[in-house]
Amino acid sequence: MNELPQQLVNGLLLGSMYGLVAIGYTMVYGIVQLINFAHGEIFMTGAFGALTIYVYVLPDGTSMWIALPLMLIGAALVATTIAVGAERFAYRPLRNAPRLAPLITAIGLSLALQQAVWAWYPEAKSARTFPEIPGGPFEIGNVTIQTGDIFLLIAAPISMAFLAYFVMKTRTGRGMQATAQDPDTAKLMGINTDRIIVVAFALGAIFAAVGGVAYGLKYGQIDFRMGFILGLKAFTAAVLGGIGNIYGAMIGGVVLGIAETLATAYIADIPGMDKFGSQSWADVWAFVLLILVLLFRPQGLLGERVADRA
Amino acid sequence: MRQRSFIAITAALAAGALTLTACGSRGDDGGSDSEGGGTTVVIGVDAPLTGDLSAMGLGIKNSADLAVKTANKEKAVDGITFKIEALDDQGQPSAGQQNATKFVANKDVLGVVGPLNSSVAESMQKVFDDAKLVEVSPANTGPSLTQGPDWQTKKVRQYKSYFRTATTDAIQGPFAAQYVFNDAKKKKVFVIDDKKTYGAGLAATFTEEFKKLGGTVAGTEHINPDTKDFSAVATKVKKSGADVVYYGGEYPQAGPLSKQIKAAGANIPLVGGDGIKDDNFLSLAGAGATGDLATSVGAPVEELPSAKDFVADYKAGGYKEEYSAYGGYSYDSTWAIIEAVKKVVEDNDGKLPDDARAKVTEAMQNVSFDGVTGKVSFDEYGDATNKQLTVYAVKNGAWAAVKSGTYTG
Repeated sequence: MNELPQQLVNGLLLGSMYGLVAIGYTMVYGIVQLINFAHGEIFMTGAFGALTIYVYVLPDGTSMWIALPLMLIGAALVATTIAVGAERFAYRPLRNAPRLAPLITAIGLSLALQQAVWAWYPEAKSARTFPEIPGGPFEIGNVTIQTGDIFLLIAAPISMAFLAYFVMKTRTGRGMQATAQDPDTAKLMGINTDRIIVVAFALGAIFAAVGGVAYGLKYGQIDFRMGFILGLKAFTAAVLGGIGNIYGAMIGGVVLGIAETLATAYIADIPGMDKFGSQSWADVWAFVLLILVLLFRPQGLLGERVADRA
Repeated sequence: MRQRSFIAITAALAAGALTLTACGSRGDDGGSDSEGGGTTVVIGVDAPLTGDLSAMGLGIKNSADLAVKTANKEKAVDGITFKIEALDDQGQPSAGQQNATKFVANKDVLGVVGPLNSSVAESMQKVFDDAKLVEVSPANTGPSLTQGPDWQTKKVRQYKSYFRTATTDAIQGPFAAQYVFNDAKKKKVFVIDDKKTYGAGLAATFTEEFKKLGGTVAGTEHINPDTKDFSAVATKVKKSGADVVYYGGEYPQAGPLSKQIKAAGANIPLVGGDGIKDDNFLSLAGAGATGDLATSVGAPVEELPSAKDFVADYKAGGYKEEYSAYGGYSYDSTWAIIEAVKKVVEDNDGKLPDDARAKVTEAMQNVSFDGVTGKVSFDEYGDATNKQLTVYAVKNGAWAAVKSGTYTG
């Protein structure tokens, strides 16, 4: 059996999830030059928001086809509320402070959100099971795809297309591009930059929420720490793709996901490398790739499209 | 502006720090003063009470609590009231060591039950040994904890204060290999571990015996316990053509791993050790887990005549969580400490001597009684003399005992 197509699909799925979260990092960075390290926790709270809708709001036994849209709305609401709240109360007061101050705030906020979910969400002290879409798996050639993965395969490109349209075609989107290029001039041209920044945080949160739901559907469980490692990976993906560039975030995510998967699958087969091929080494190889890319393209894969960083 | 940002950062960091200390101090309510004229002896309990492994950890804590309550009710030791103080190690060696230091500092603590993880035990052993404070683990199965890093060739007792009621992986791994090869008739294994003390050790002893029996190893893999995505590994397993997977590790990873291996189209059982024999494994692995196997220490508690009272009392005790895989062993570990204290008190005319800790540690070596899991006593390395193991299989969404026995070389 040739496992390459299956491994590429595995990597694509993992990478799409990184990409959905990476968009939030890249948009916020593009506009306010802040690395929002609490974004992984926004992703996590989004997943818990969806779980709340399913477990505590909807009646037992609701079909997933009805529940899923409502769960997405719940996830987006929770994630957006927390992201906008964080912007208003944690980051805005620090906007003119030295660059390091909001960065440290973000790390503190990340810990605080994790612990808040740990302490107050019912039974969140260990992993909680997440509802799954019935049916599947689907076989295409010798590639197996789970029903939970189909959501991700559909949601990631749709989200991406929506974002591209929003940024390129709408008034607010063009306002975002302008603010990203030069906030002061944009302000002089009559753009309400405060509002634009809030919109950037909110959009990032919605994508993270979609990612959070996809994570739950794919792995069947969520926990309060799920955002930490995934957030780091998504940040890496954003840098790999060229931070500030929304297409770069998605491409960086997919490249990172596929790199990890292929490293797990094939490095051990190279003679003399069997010690360095297991999954526990996949992250090392992913970062080797990141360093190589940054050596030759310090701006990241798509970093040159500065005008698009929004 | 500077002033304001400074305040904001301080506030944010303080909020983070507060929540962290809040969880650090949880369960920190163990008092020290004597009650009602008698002497109070505190038995420390260290286990992961929160996080992924809390299902097992809370079972340990509750069972120790039950033992202490029973001892107080039956007045097991005249004039002594026992009390537990439970600390959370979150499965982290660093947290375990801090807890150990805390127990040592509390003069009323005369023995500690725990921890769950072998890696945590490694960080605690020396702290306890320096203070001559006895530690009895109900769950550690890493052979090197008692017999030293070269346990295969030269056994050396590591710490005089460390004992355990659980069997070691030196027996558990080979026992699983024999069952898989001889009874389940699987000849081609894919071995996966999580690189931790427990998981890697178990996988190694399994592999060695499996090869000796004539089985082949189709592939090996080490997973990263921080992730939940094992799809690449699952695809590798399928490609290897193995007819069984052995996983050395614990249920938070084993559950998703089993699920993803089945999802990848490899309909082969996953076999693990006592670390996966928990009901949470079943919910994490889903319906595909039917046929998965686990070995666990001892005979099934539900079926032992000696454990009837324990099971009934546990139910009557109204504990919210199950006693889990190590409940019986935790009860016995706690009771071993109680027995040792009893011996020391009796030898000293009904009073606790000044060097009670050292005396209790000394007495532990010769403790022998009929416990929940059978006869409890310790050999020259501090290991349990009871070396029973049981194979469990997932049937109809529950663990069902299949075969009990021990490893016969």
